This record gives sequence, structure tokens and C-alpha cells, in this order.
Amino acid sequence: MKYIDEFRDPELARKLVARIHRNSTQKITLMEFCGGHTVAIFRHGIRQLLPQNITMLSGPGCPVCVTANSDLDKTIALAHLPNTIITTFGDLFKVPGSYSSLAEVKAEGSDIRIVYSVQDALDIARDNPDKSVIFIGIGFETTAPTIAASVLEAERERITNYYILPLNKLCPPIMKALLKLGEINISGIIAPGHVSAIIGSYPYNFIPKDFSVACVISGFEPLDILLSIDMLLNQIETGDCKVEIAYRRGVKAEGNREAIRLLGEVFEDGEAYWRGIGMVSSSGLKLNKKYQRYDVENNFNIKTRPALEPKGCICGSILRGVSTPPDCKLFRQKCTPEQPVGPCMVSSEGSCATYYQYGNGDER
Amino acid sequence: MCLAIPALVKSIDGYQAEVEIGGIRCRANLQLTPEAKVGDYVLLHTGYAINVIAVEEAEETLRLLRELGEAY
Repeated sequence: MKYIDEFRDPELARKLVARIHRNSTQKITLMEFCGGHTVAIFRHGIRQLLPQNITMLSGPGCPVCVTANSDLDKTIALAHLPNTIITTFGDLFKVPGSYSSLAEVKAEGSDIRIVYSVQDALDIARDNPDKSVIFIGIGFETTAPTIAASVLEAERERITNYYILPLNKLCPPIMKALLKLGEINISGIIAPGHVSAIIGSYPYNFIPKDFSVACVISGFEPLDILLSIDMLLNQIETGDCKVEIAYRRGVKAEGNREAIRLLGEVFEDGEAYWRGIGMVSSSGLKLNKKYQRYDVENNFNIKTRPALEPKGCICGSILRGVSTPPDCKLFRQKCTPEQPVGPCMVSSEGSCATYYQYGNGDER
Repeated sequence: MCLAIPALVKSIDGYQAEVEIGGIRCRANLQLTPEAKVGDYVLLHTGYAINVIAVEEAEETLRLLRELGEAY
């Protein structure tokens, strides 16, 4: 497949790995902030290929995993409203909130539909004018512009039964919050490729400037990731930290201007609660004043009980990179993909699900 | 959640495009990439094209990878 196969060339990978081994002289820690990178790194066995003195950690890059239980509980409360159809991306479907999950509520009779695209949610709204169709807005900057586009489409067509629960979050603010926390000594950041396709490279400038941390925006194929690690290593070894784009076929420095314009038209940023980290200012997206009528919380009374955290679950510290899944007493014991306790095991991009499927990745 | 796949634009009708991925046809919304043309490759994410793939940059990256690997 074009633009995939070429970036999986095993001979080029072997050479790049040899180069990384030769150039790596110090103990360093690299962190990726995208669930897609977490999966790619494990799936392609990248960790096993790297020299022992490079530690790879996963940050809070899985949008489902970082969603607080209180927000998950809201989605379930919405599912109990009469005459509503809840539309959601598939990875949210089985995630346990404090008391239930969308999958359980669907089994009890609520109309909950998994959609591949927010366009499908809008189609459902068109096809069911007598129902309130609510789209659960999960994701980072990659997905948020698509939700903005759907709101503008609803506005153009005067679709009055379409609502959003806006739970989208922003990457650069959480990176800043984690670097400020300073719990781990991060030498370099593998920045998310498709978030960056939207926002460009400028929002990451604070990473080398304020924290002297290397930053490379990476694609998702094995050669993309190895190239990014090579570029990070080069920055770290020469002491010249900056923001570089390794994923040049997918990311322009100025990002996608039209997508950024649509985001600005529909959303404004506000504080958001991140699992394991807490409230982070300007890290979430809310519908702005002009499009408030699409915000489900403005139109419906959502009642939830106090949020509970599952006992023994350490998803929070895993999301900060302070712990890894094998550190969790529940991992592979009480918490498995079939019977997940926390979101990191449920989401296909969660650290725990990835470790479970691909092994610890330390076998060399 | 940030999965996006390279897809070839086969036809365009307003904001909607028909794209092809590995022989399979599906639709793509071009509202985020109004500049996309038939014959372009786009990154497809949840039914929307989020960027047009810069072909010359893809070639340049492959050239760089070959160059970096030369000594090994």
C-alpha cells in the first residue's frame, strides 16, 4: 500500500537501528504522547531493537484513557434520557465508568450506536428527526476539526436534533503540564503525527525553549519512528534541542489552516480534567457562545452520582509515565481485555492493552 | 484515535470524495482539505481527509533514510 509499505522496508530499518546503536552514548528517556505511537512501537517490536540505554515511556496519548470517570458517567446518564440516540466512536463503548459502561446500558435497551465518523452521527440525526441524537466528542486535535465541520454542516442545514458532548482535549497543554510536574526526567518527546497534521509544529516550541527537551514530530510506520528516534538522539547528543518534523509527508510547520480555522469558528478552549493528572487549564475544547445550542449540557439536565475510581487501578500513574502496566497488581490478574477494570486496558490504544497484547517489549 | 491512512482521491463531488485504499473504495469528506484534487493522496481519519500527502516530501524522507543507512 502506497505511503505505508515503503516505510516498512526491513533493510532500511536494520541500518537505522545500527546507526541508533552507534550514536547512543547516554542513558535517555523518550516519551510518546499518542496512543497510535504506543501501539506502533509495540506492534513493530521497536523497543526490542533499541540499545539498553534508551528507555521508552508512554504518556497520556490515549483520549479514551485520559477521560475522567465523571465524564464517562455523563455519557451513561445521557443514554438513559428518553428519545435519545447516543452515537460514539467504538473505543469508548466498553470503557467502564463509575457504575456502568455504554455497552452495558445498550444491553439494557438504550439506543447507542457505534459510528466510524461524526458524519454518520449527523446522518442518524437527519434520519431520526423525532429523536435527540447526541455525539460523544472524544479525541484530540485530529478529531476535533471533524466535529467542528459537523456542527457547521448541522447549522447550514438547520438540523435541530443534533448535539455534542464536547470532551475533546488538546496535546500541547498536557505536554506542558507533564513536563512541569517533572516526575520523570524526559530527554526527548515523540510528538503525535496526526495531531500535528492539524496544529503544525509551532505549538511545541515551548518544549525545547522552556524545558530543554528534544522534540520530533513522528509518523506511524516503523521507519518513521526509527527516524524520529535517530533525530531525537542527534538533538540530545549535540545538546541542540528544537522542534523537528520527521513526518514531512504528513505535517507542515503551519499545520492545516482550514482545520485550524474551523476549530476557531466552533470551539474555545477551557480547563479539562485528565485522568491521573487532574484539572489542566486551556486543555479542553468547549463549544463557543455562537454554537452553544449544540452543547448537550445546555439542553438536557444530566444527573450523575459522585464518580468512583476502581480500587487498585493505577491507570492514572501509568498515563503520567510514572508506572508501567506490569507495576499494577491488577494487570493480567483481575484486569484483562475480557474483564477490564480501567480504561488503559479497554482502549485499543491504552498502555495496558498494548502491553497485554504484545508483551512487555523488553525481551531482547 | 489518531489513526489516519493514505487514500487516493478517485472522484470529487462538492465536499464528498470517493477514495481508494488498497483497492477498497470509501467516501471521504474534504471539508478540511478543500484544495484536494483527483489523483492526490490524502490522510483519511474517521471519514475526513485531514491533509494532502506531500508527495515530494515522502520521496525526500525515503532518500534521507537511504542516505542515513549508507554507512551501515
